[in-house]
Amino acid sequence: MTRPVILLLAALAFALPISLLAGQVWIDPFGPPVPNATTILMELRLPRALLALVLGSGLGAAGAAMQGYLRNPLADPGLFGIAPAAALGAVLSFYSGYESQGVTLPLFALVGAASAMALLALIAGRSGGITLFTLAGMMIASLAGALTSLAISLAPNPFALSEIVTWLMGALADRGWHEVRLAAPLTLLGLVGLWRAGPALDALALGEAAARSLGVEPARLLGLMICSIGLIVGSGVAVAGMIGFVGLMVPHFVRPFTDQRPSATLVPSALAGALLLLAADCLCRVLPLQGGELRLGIALSLAGSPFFLRLLLKLRRNLA
Amino acid sequence: MPVAITAPDGITAHDGIAVLEALGLTVARRLQNVTVQFQPGTVTAIVGPNGAGKSTLLAALAGLVRPDSGTVTLVSTPINQLLPQERARRLGYLPQSGEVAWNLSVRTLVGLGRLPHRSGPDADALAVAGALATMQLEPLAERTLSSLSGGERARALLARVLATQPHWILADEPLAALDLAHQQSLVQRLRSLAGRGFHTNGSGAERGGRGIVLVVHDLALAMNHADHVVVLNRGQVMAQGRPEKALSEAVIRDVWGLDARWLGEPGHMALGF
Repeated sequence: MTRPVILLLAALAFALPISLLAGQVWIDPFGPPVPNATTILMELRLPRALLALVLGSGLGAAGAAMQGYLRNPLADPGLFGIAPAAALGAVLSFYSGYESQGVTLPLFALVGAASAMALLALIAGRSGGITLFTLAGMMIASLAGALTSLAISLAPNPFALSEIVTWLMGALADRGWHEVRLAAPLTLLGLVGLWRAGPALDALALGEAAARSLGVEPARLLGLMICSIGLIVGSGVAVAGMIGFVGLMVPHFVRPFTDQRPSATLVPSALAGALLLLAADCLCRVLPLQGGELRLGIALSLAGSPFFLRLLLKLRRNLA
Repeated sequence: MPVAITAPDGITAHDGIAVLEALGLTVARRLQNVTVQFQPGTVTAIVGPNGAGKSTLLAALAGLVRPDSGTVTLVSTPINQLLPQERARRLGYLPQSGEVAWNLSVRTLVGLGRLPHRSGPDADALAVAGALATMQLEPLAERTLSSLSGGERARALLARVLATQPHWILADEPLAALDLAHQQSLVQRLRSLAGRGFHTNGSGAERGGRGIVLVVHDLALAMNHADHVVVLNRGQVMAQGRPEKALSEAVIRDVWGLDARWLGEPGHMALGF
């Protein structure tokens, strides 16, 4: 294990218990007993923390893999158009009227993600060309975005409208074991896929021709990427809505501490993503805000954009 | 009497027969019915005007271009019948663009050449160390690519190909971005690589030597340093053979439309106009 991995694991081991204690009701393990502490911990905070770890690790690793695959530090798992398609599926589920059951929404989101994956594979699959693939992903994203807007504008009543918009912002509030059981296995499967793609992503650093000369099969790699990213992003949107920035930012944090190979950034990015989402969600819970919690998606963008701008300013010398 | 050579993967070849061969290779609008043989232990230069199909031929030899007709064979086996990893272990390919997406260290870059092998970290480290030593890159091993000069970078990229320990090195204009001194030193290194064996399984392998195929623009370089020259024009082979024959003044006039004369002594020739 490399040093960044050990440090990140230690940070996670430290952050997880603290995140369980923090919230609207602070639980002080050494203080007077808090009523319903066990219920709060086991039914509210533990599943929520685990979900943050699952989604964060998935998004972090997916970002690292995407940047490796597209050989571009500005790439993001969202570029595939899978997240917007999953969101479209989820938004359509609001029309079915059973979203409160928590079954149709994730299901619709996963169907949306799967449709985007199938469409991507259909358009770009045979040639495995990266440019074609990126363009296809962007078109799917913009189509799904437009359809989502259409669905929102056709919302049957203001209540549904506000519910859809709020959901789209992404959050881990009020998520329970049901969501963990849904997202964890799918994300894990996606992570295994990305891990297997690692060596091919490393070879791609030398360009497509050199990568092929090293035995990389572009169509196979593309298939692996679509499936892995689809599982991670699809299940993430299904349980928590749109959570941006993690996949874009996290690889930048960890890359300087690795040898820069995409495969070497996968595990640290997964851990750092988990840590980031855990900390951000914790912060959302703690921050006093009228009318409920700060939405996780908003918080990440608020915190992430300035941080990223600062990073860009620092990198400017190297990029120029 | 032909001597059997056993290459690392158990391929058996004989002295004098072409190991890497393009047979009637046709690629739409790029190559027309190209038949060329490449000998192990020699340096072959592919030359020709812009758009002659040099890079396409090299990529086809590396198995990266699917020909419309014709085949590329490696010891009589069509390379498209080899598994990608198997092909990658035998044919090392250095593309023209020296792009590397991340700011890797030289050692990490060279280590990418081990991807087709599943030989374990110890064997990988040994091969990387060997490649770094051959290219005299040990002092630069921990430096990042962005801190290297053009010549150092070209050596590092070539070392990446060497780390694969391929039988064939196919390099597309490896000398293009280099100044004269670095061109000379890199070409000498490539020459000495062709003289060496695969150095993996004892004395038997030493006989064959690596085959080196280079796309070059500098005709004097090809004249002075190649054992064999293939002249392409508009996708067709115009001449091939010993440099003196393939790069005769008549061929240069026909292909490049230049009235040039070879000046100087063999091994130190220059073109005069």
